[in-house]
Amino acid sequence: MIQNIPLSYFLVISTMMFFIGIYGFLTRRNLITMLMSVELILNSVNINFVAFNRYLYPQQLQGHFFMLIVIAVAAAEAAVAIAIIINIYRNFKSIDVENVDEMKY
Amino acid sequence: MVNEVMFFLIGTMILIFSVLTVTTRRILRAAVYLLFVLISTAGLYFMLNYNFLAAVQLTVYAGGIVVLIIFSILLTSHLSERAVMAPLKQSLLSALATLAGATLTLMTILRFSFIPNAGTDPQFNITDVGNSLVSYNRDGYALPFEVISVLLLAAMIGAIVVAKKERKIKD
Repeated sequence: MIQNIPLSYFLVISTMMFFIGIYGFLTRRNLITMLMSVELILNSVNINFVAFNRYLYPQQLQGHFFMLIVIAVAAAEAAVAIAIIINIYRNFKSIDVENVDEMKY
Repeated sequence: MVNEVMFFLIGTMILIFSVLTVTTRRILRAAVYLLFVLISTAGLYFMLNYNFLAAVQLTVYAGGIVVLIIFSILLTSHLSERAVMAPLKQSLLSALATLAGATLTLMTILRFSFIPNAGTDPQFNITDVGNSLVSYNRDGYALPFEVISVLLLAAMIGAIVVAKKERKIKD
């Protein structure tokens, strides 16, 4: 644990980051910026895992592995999402969600 | 004293750049602000004395994912283009909903008193992390490790197949 800094400070920062990410996901109309909001959400969850690991169970490594797995899933998700976005751009010439309103290929 | 100053500096950087990421109208700038958020998060991990996690955060997140996002921005939009924002009514409703959710969660968190484990500071090195990642005994993580590697392979092949150019069929 860090001297003079309680665990709740970390939780406050990660909570605010999480809800900023949700706000971006709700208001953005561009697929790539929506993807960036999702990355913000995943990152805030990582902060929680690591802070809990450090403050509550410093003898164990569970938080480490959760964070590594979340990062791997985020990387896989970003790669697949960007492939889909590029394919959508090729078909619709736009990546705004307003213009992509048919799922027909 | 130094700890507090550093922590509040990193915290305000994270929050300011998060807000800028979701509000700026230029997409490339949003990606650069996201990069700043991820680097500041690595700073938090350094403060917690988890050097390995900070290195992973810097290489995979700040190095890999942001570069991927910037590539796709350059492939799909013109630099002069401004992002379309949601209509005002929808933005206000979203802001209201997120504010309500944030207040509820923050109240719950601040009411609960976490009792930190006041043991001695254990020092892990990368060897411990790696050994436990491939160990199949108790506290070993061999199964999640294998599952995540299969997931990465599947995602990689899937991304290539999805993004590949359609070949014209001659008939």
